[in-house]
Amino acid sequence: MQKQIPLWQSVTLGFLGLASFLGLWHGLAISNLVPSVFLPSPLEVYDRFTTLLERRFAGATLPGHLAASFQRFAYGFLLAAVIGIPLGLLMGWYQILDEIVSPLFDALRFIAPIAWVPFAALWFGTGIGGPIMIIFAGAFPPCVINAYRGAKFVDPRLIEAANMLGTPSHRVIREILLPSSVPSIISGLRVSAGLGWQSLVGAELIVASAGVGYMMVQGQANVSTTTVMAGMVAIGLVGLALDSALRLAERIIQRRRGLDN
Amino acid sequence: MSNHESVYINCEIGEEFTVPRRISIGFATILIVCALWYAATTGLGLIAPGRFPSPTETWSALIHISGRGYGGGDLAMHVYNSLRLVVMGFIFAIATGVPLGLLMGWSRRAEALINPIFLIIRPIPPLAWIPLAILWLGLGDAAKIMVIWFSAFVPSVINTYAGVRNIDRPVLEAAYMLGMPKIRFITEVLIPGASPMIFTGLRLSLQASWTTLVAAELVGAFYGLGRVLNVAQQDLYPGMILVGMIAVAILGWATTRLLGMAEMRALRWNTAALAAKG
Repeated sequence: MQKQIPLWQSVTLGFLGLASFLGLWHGLAISNLVPSVFLPSPLEVYDRFTTLLERRFAGATLPGHLAASFQRFAYGFLLAAVIGIPLGLLMGWYQILDEIVSPLFDALRFIAPIAWVPFAALWFGTGIGGPIMIIFAGAFPPCVINAYRGAKFVDPRLIEAANMLGTPSHRVIREILLPSSVPSIISGLRVSAGLGWQSLVGAELIVASAGVGYMMVQGQANVSTTTVMAGMVAIGLVGLALDSALRLAERIIQRRRGLDN
Repeated sequence: MSNHESVYINCEIGEEFTVPRRISIGFATILIVCALWYAATTGLGLIAPGRFPSPTETWSALIHISGRGYGGGDLAMHVYNSLRLVVMGFIFAIATGVPLGLLMGWSRRAEALINPIFLIIRPIPPLAWIPLAILWLGLGDAAKIMVIWFSAFVPSVINTYAGVRNIDRPVLEAAYMLGMPKIRFITEVLIPGASPMIFTGLRLSLQASWTTLVAAELVGAFYGLGRVLNVAQQDLYPGMILVGMIAVAILGWATTRLLGMAEMRALRWNTAALAAKG
C-alpha cells in the first residue's frame, strides 16, 4: 500500500470529502432537481432536529421518544446479557451442555431477529414487551458466542497448574476462568449492543406506539422527510455513543490486564 | 466481530474424537425438542393454540401456502421474490463495495477523503433507512434493493479495506520491485491478498441483507416472506408465522452455505486462510 501521507494533507482531504458530500447534498436540494419535500437540505434537517427537541411530534418530543426507545433497549440488552453470558460460560466449561445447546442455538441463529416480530407482538403486545423481545433476539447470540469463546480458550496450562496445586473448583472458576473470559465477554457486549440497537429500530418501525422508530414511521406517513432524517441522525448519535462507551470499557479492561498492544 | 471469528475458530479441541458424539447428542436434542413441542401443544395442551402452533397446524399452514397461496401468492412465489431481492441487492452492494474498499485500502488519499463520510453514515443502522427508502421509492422492489444495498455495502467496504491493510508488506514490496503492471498488481496481489477478509465481509453482508429484507417487507410489501409474516400476524395465524420464519431461516442458511462453498473454491490456494476458517 502507499506510503503514509502527512497529517495536514489527510485532515484537509477529510474536510474536503465531508464538505463535498454536504455541498452535493445541499446543492441537489436547493437546485429543485429533486422536489425538496423528498430531499430537504442539511440545514432544513438541522432545523427540524432542533425543533423536534422542543415540539411534540407523534406524541412526544425527540428526547421523549429517545427515552422510550432507550428504556426498551436497556431492558432487552440487560436481559440478553444476564441470560446469555452465564449460558455461554457454562457451555464453554461443560462439554455436555455445549453439545445439547449448540444444535438448537445454531438452528435459531439463522432466524433474523426481526423475523420474531409477529410472535413478539402476539406474545407480549406492541407496547414495551414485544420490542424488548426483538432486542433480546438481536443481542442474545453475540453474548452467548463470545462468553463461550472466552470460557473455551482459556490457557489450559493455567487450569492444569491450578488442578495440580489442588485448587478447589469454585476458586478455579472465580480466579482463572472468569477473569480470562472477561475481554471476550466485553467485546461480545459491544457487538450485542450494536445489534440490539439496530433490532430496536426495526421493531419500532413495525410494532410500537412510541420511540424514535415510531416517530420516523409517522414522519414517513406524513411525507415529512426532515422528520425521518432527524430521526436517523438521532439514532446514529445514540448508537455511536453506546459503541464508544463500550469501546472505552473494553480498552480500560484490556489495559488493566496488560493485554493492550 | 469478524476479527474474533477468524482468530478463534481454529482452536477446536479434540475434534476428531468428539464429532460423532456431538452429532448424536445434537440429533437427540432436536428430537427431544420436537417431542416436547408436540407434547406441549397437542398432547398436554400447555400452550394455547393461539400462542404457538402445534406441528399439525404448522403442517397445514405449509400445505395452505404451497397450494392455495397466502398473502398474495404461493410459497414458491414469495420465496422467489425475497431471494431475488436479496441476491440483487447483495450483488449490487459487493460490486460497488469491494472496489471502494480496495481503493480505500490502497490509496491513503482516497482513505483520507472518504473515511470521514463513512464515519458519519456508518452509525445509522441499515434498518433506519427503511422509512426514507419508502418515501423516495415507494413500497416496490426499488426501495428494498436500496436498503439491502445499503446494509450490505458497509460491511463489504470495511472488510475489504481491512483486508488490503493486512497484506504482508514484503509481498507488496516484492511486487513493486519487480515492476508489476497496475492491472496485474490488482488482480494478482491486491485481490487475492485481501480475499480472506473480503469473504468475511461478504458473509456479514449476506446476513445483513436478509435481516434488512425481512424488516423492509414487514414494514410494507406486496409479496415476499416478510409480507407473509405480516399478514399472518394480522390474521393471528401462528402456524403461518412459523412457516414464514422457518422459510427465512432455511433461505438464510442455504445462501450462507453457498457463499461458504464459493469461499472454499476461491481460497483453495490459500491453505493458511482455510485452516484459520476451519
